[in-house]
Parts: sequence; structure tokens; C-alpha cells
Amino acid sequence: MGGWAIAVHGGAGVDPNLPKERQEEAKRLLTRCLDIGISALRSNLPAIDVVELVVRELETDPLFNSGRGSALTENGTVEMEASIMDGPKRRCGAVSGLTTVKNPVSLARLVMDKTPHSYLAFAGAEEFARKQGVELVDNGYFITEDNVGMLKLAKEANSILFDYRVPTLGTCGVGAALESPILMNGLPISVYAPETVGCVVVDREGRCAAATSTGGLMNKMNGRIGDSPLIGSGTYACDLVGVSCTGEGEAIIRSTLAREVAAVMEYKGLNLHEAVDYVIKYRLDEGKAGLIAVSKKGEVACGFNTTGMFRGCATEDGFMEVGVW
Amino acid sequence: MGWAIAIHGGAGDIPLSLPPEKRLPREAGLRRCLEVGIAALKARNHPLDVVELVVRELENHPNFNAGKGSVLTTTGTVEMEACIMDGKTMKCGAVSGVSTVVNAISLARLVMEKTSHIYLAFDGAEAFARDQGLETVEMSHFITPENIERLKQAQEADRVQIDYTQPIQKETPKDAAVADGDSQIGTVGCVAVDNEGNLATATSTGGLVNKMVGRIGDTPVIGAGTYANHLCAVSATGRGEAIIRGTVARDVAAVMEFKGISLKEAAAYVIDRVPPGTAGLIAVSSTGEIAMPFNTTGMFRACATEDGYSEIAIWDSTSK
Repeated sequence: MGGWAIAVHGGAGVDPNLPKERQEEAKRLLTRCLDIGISALRSNLPAIDVVELVVRELETDPLFNSGRGSALTENGTVEMEASIMDGPKRRCGAVSGLTTVKNPVSLARLVMDKTPHSYLAFAGAEEFARKQGVELVDNGYFITEDNVGMLKLAKEANSILFDYRVPTLGTCGVGAALESPILMNGLPISVYAPETVGCVVVDREGRCAAATSTGGLMNKMNGRIGDSPLIGSGTYACDLVGVSCTGEGEAIIRSTLAREVAAVMEYKGLNLHEAVDYVIKYRLDEGKAGLIAVSKKGEVACGFNTTGMFRGCATEDGFMEVGVW
Repeated sequence: MGWAIAIHGGAGDIPLSLPPEKRLPREAGLRRCLEVGIAALKARNHPLDVVELVVRELENHPNFNAGKGSVLTTTGTVEMEACIMDGKTMKCGAVSGVSTVVNAISLARLVMEKTSHIYLAFDGAEAFARDQGLETVEMSHFITPENIERLKQAQEADRVQIDYTQPIQKETPKDAAVADGDSQIGTVGCVAVDNEGNLATATSTGGLVNKMVGRIGDTPVIGAGTYANHLCAVSATGRGEAIIRGTVARDVAAVMEFKGISLKEAAAYVIDRVPPGTAGLIAVSSTGEIAMPFNTTGMFRACATEDGYSEIAIWDSTSK
């Protein structure tokens, strides 16, 4: 008991047919991010700094749905959001509607540290970013070919899903996707981009922190805000625990999932693993989601009711694991 | 059991010396909106319809910080937000950064019912409002002289305030307090339960005076300013940042459930745990209980139950 612990995720809701090399690529990235976090923890960096550092890495890599590599809005643009929370005093910061900020999680951190507010969005957030001198890029920087292709498929899927006269499209593309019954947030799993990346950390002093970042739901309406920037839904940290969630944003919001983990620990006296199991089992109803969590005692836990969640975790006593299923 | 309804017009540092010309219109507003809600419940409307209706009234009333009468951002603009939630289905809708929609709460309801999303903001929310044919106006419609003055005061004092806050962080002359007597308004909200235990909550606001452009508060954050489930419906008001951090609305229901205590006890417990002077809330339970605790000087509020009880109050949190 005690000692640091860290977990990272690259999103819940993975296509069971995901090619092996994509799975390996994901595991390599998760491992790399874990290593960055572990190294920072060994240098005694506080939890809040570690989660920011690791999520920046996840945002910068185009593989997962955050920062570069974000899912696209219905108009083919990128609108990113993120939140960060520091357990000890439950300080928090969040941003939404970012289109030019290279690392949304760092802007969320600045909202927490440099403003009297907790949450800034859209033009106001971008203006704040400009004034803070953070790195800004064109919206095009965040857009990958992969996601442009996915958006097209998502639009086809959405129009077909609402049209009962489903044409047979053969064994590839949307037709095959529709033969698979797995849907996440209304999209076939093959075009669904697992929403969000995140990191939770407890440092050697027992301080917990959490951070989550995302481009959001593929083909979302412009202006749509999901769970990731909402404190208590996608992200939460307090004295006891740090939590970052991923999955169907609307389901996570309705169940205030991140706060739920802490609440059952606080009020029902469950330990971390029991709490994670409990909320995944009983608090999601029809919703599909996953989460990672650490406790101030140095424990780490993951839970999900989806087909897979890209994740990795490690503790100071040498335990380390990276997985998809 | 019977129905129950509670409404608020904001919690904050409302001075006991609030002059009648500031107090009376707000009390009258609360009375009228309560009556609208009571009539709707008597007519067996669903609580979701009731809370939306009542909050629309509160938004239209220029003396409360929502809709017309919203406080201003640091650049003198209006950015409104609202949120609505149904306790039984847990469906919810929220909007932020709305500047031309006459009734933000109705836009939040449309997000809930007409999209697969929960929360739309800024340009996206405005575009959706137009798609849906909601009534929109020039932003100037929402701006009142009191709020222009309020913004000026806040900028002079160079701070962000809940609408009620007197300049408590620094030494201020008495007349500043009286001048501030005009800033006694805040977020609005309504919670209701019918005699079948259906619960709903709705909250709407212009936010914090002198807030940064793009600042989002607790109101549209499900679990912070607004929350309902099968146990209770909650609408919070006060310092948004503290309410977010304290997941206030969600905690009331969580504490009821996990500690097995009454609504009143749960609500008091939660308010106790946010810093003094930062929050208040109204809540109703599925069994018709009402709670209206606050740790600020006052909270504009009113409530009524089917058995004929009704109350309109500003100060004195000892009972509800």
C-alpha cells in the first residue's frame, strides 16, 4: 500500500475487428505514455503535473481521439475539449470548443491556475489561449486522413441507420459495419472513434489527480459538449481518488460517472476496485463506458462494459499492464 | 402525498438592508412564478413542463439574473446558460453561450428532446435554436441598465462577483453597499414533483458579473448546478466554481441514497460542505419533501405543496 500509481486510457469501445497492427500501435503508445508518467513520478513530480504531461503526449500523437487525431464534427472541423482536476483541494479547470490550441489539457490547466473560473469555452477560451501565449496551430493540423474517411462512413451510417430501406453494400464499408450489431453512441463500432484519452495518477504523497481530453463524438453537431470537460462526469479527483472516464458521453453525463466512483467510496465505504466494479455494473444502465481510477493508497483500477478499452496501468511496486480487451 | 414545487431567484450576499424598491419586485416575481407553477401542477402537467414553464417566466422577469436581466460579461455582452433534467428518465439538456434566444431553458429542452446530444454551446447552440424556430432577438433585449451599472462597479472594483456579493473582499464604504443593493439577483431555478413521484429540475442564468467571455458556470454542468434522479430534483445557485468542485446537485441525491437520510438532511449536509457564502439550493424529493438551504446571507426563494402550504422568503435559513 502507498507509493505512486498511474493509469492511462485511449478510449473505450474498440472495434473487435481492429487489425492486429493497429492494436499493437495502440499498445506501444500507451506504454510510451506510461513510461513518461512513471519517469516523472520517480522524479517526484506532483500528480497534477504528471497527468498533464501524459495527456499532452496522448494529444500530440495522432493515434487516439484527442488533439491531433481528434474525431471530426459534422462539418469536418475539429472542436476539442479537456478537463483536469487536482484532488487535494479539488481545484479544476476545463475547456471546450477549442479549434487552434495544440494541447487542450494544458489550456484547461491554465484556466484552473490563472483565472477565477473553472471552465472556458469556444471563442472566449481561444482568446484566453492567445493571451496566455500557448501554442496555436491551424485547425487543419488536428485533422487526419483516417478521420476524414471515418466521418464519411459515419455520415453514411447515420443516414442508413435512420432509413429502413437498408441497401446491401457488400462486405466492406458501412454495409459490413451494419451487419455487426455493436453500436456506440449511435454509430457502428467500426466507424466509432473511442472518445477521449485520459490519465489518473496518485503520487508518493498520496495526492490524486485526473485529466481527460477529446475531440468528441464523430460527426457531432458543432457546439456539442460531451462528458470530458464536465467535472463529475468525465473527470473527477478528490482526496480519495482520481478518475477519468471514456465511452458514450451522454451516458457518462447522466450517471455522473467519475463522481460516482468517489461517492460510493466516500459514502458506502467501498474500496477502489469495488467502487469501480459497482459503478460500471449498476450506474450505466444502457450506457457503454469505461474508466480508469487510482486511490490515495496507491491502488489502480480499470473497468469497462464496452468491447475493449485501450489502457495501461502501473504501480510503484513494479506492476505494469497494457491492454485492449 | 401530493405535488410540491420550489423556485429560486438566486443565493448570495443579499443585505438585510435591501431597500423595498429592490425587494418588492423580486418578491412579486417569485409570487407570480410560484403561482404559475402551482396552476400548472394543479392542471396535472408533467413536472418537466412545469419547471420549464416557471423558468421561462423567471427568465422573462428583468429583475432576476436569467434571460432578460442577465448579468454581463467583461465585454458587456450576454452569455446565457440553462439546463433541464427529468428525474425518472434521467434525460437532460443543457446550453451555454446563448446570446439571442429569448428562453434558454426551452432551448435546453429541445437539445434534450430533438438531438442525440445533451449539451450544445455558443455558435452551435445558436444555430440549433434557429433550426428549431425558437424566438430569437437582438442581444440588447436582455441588457438592463441595472446590469450595465453592475458591470461598471465590478470592473471598478476589478473583481468577479456573484450578483449579490457586496464588495466583501475589501473595505468598502456603506454607500457602496447600498448601491450594491441593486445587485441582488442571481441564477433562477425550479424543481417540482407531482403526486406520482415524477421529478424535474430546471436552472437558467446569465452567470457571473464581469465574467470572462466564454466562462461556463455550474448551471449547465449536470451534477453541479442541476440534477434529478428517481429520489430528488435539485437546482443550485451561488458561486459556480464552488458548486462545480462540490458536485452539489448530484451530492444531495447521492447522500440521500448512500446515507439513507432525508432530503432536508442531505441538502443541509451538502451545503455545509461548500465554503460559507458560496451556495444555496432548492430540492424536492419523490415523496414531496422540500428543502431550500443556503450558506449565503440570503436566497430569493418560494415553495408550495398540495396541502396548501406556501412560502416566499429571502433570508433566514433555519427551517427549510
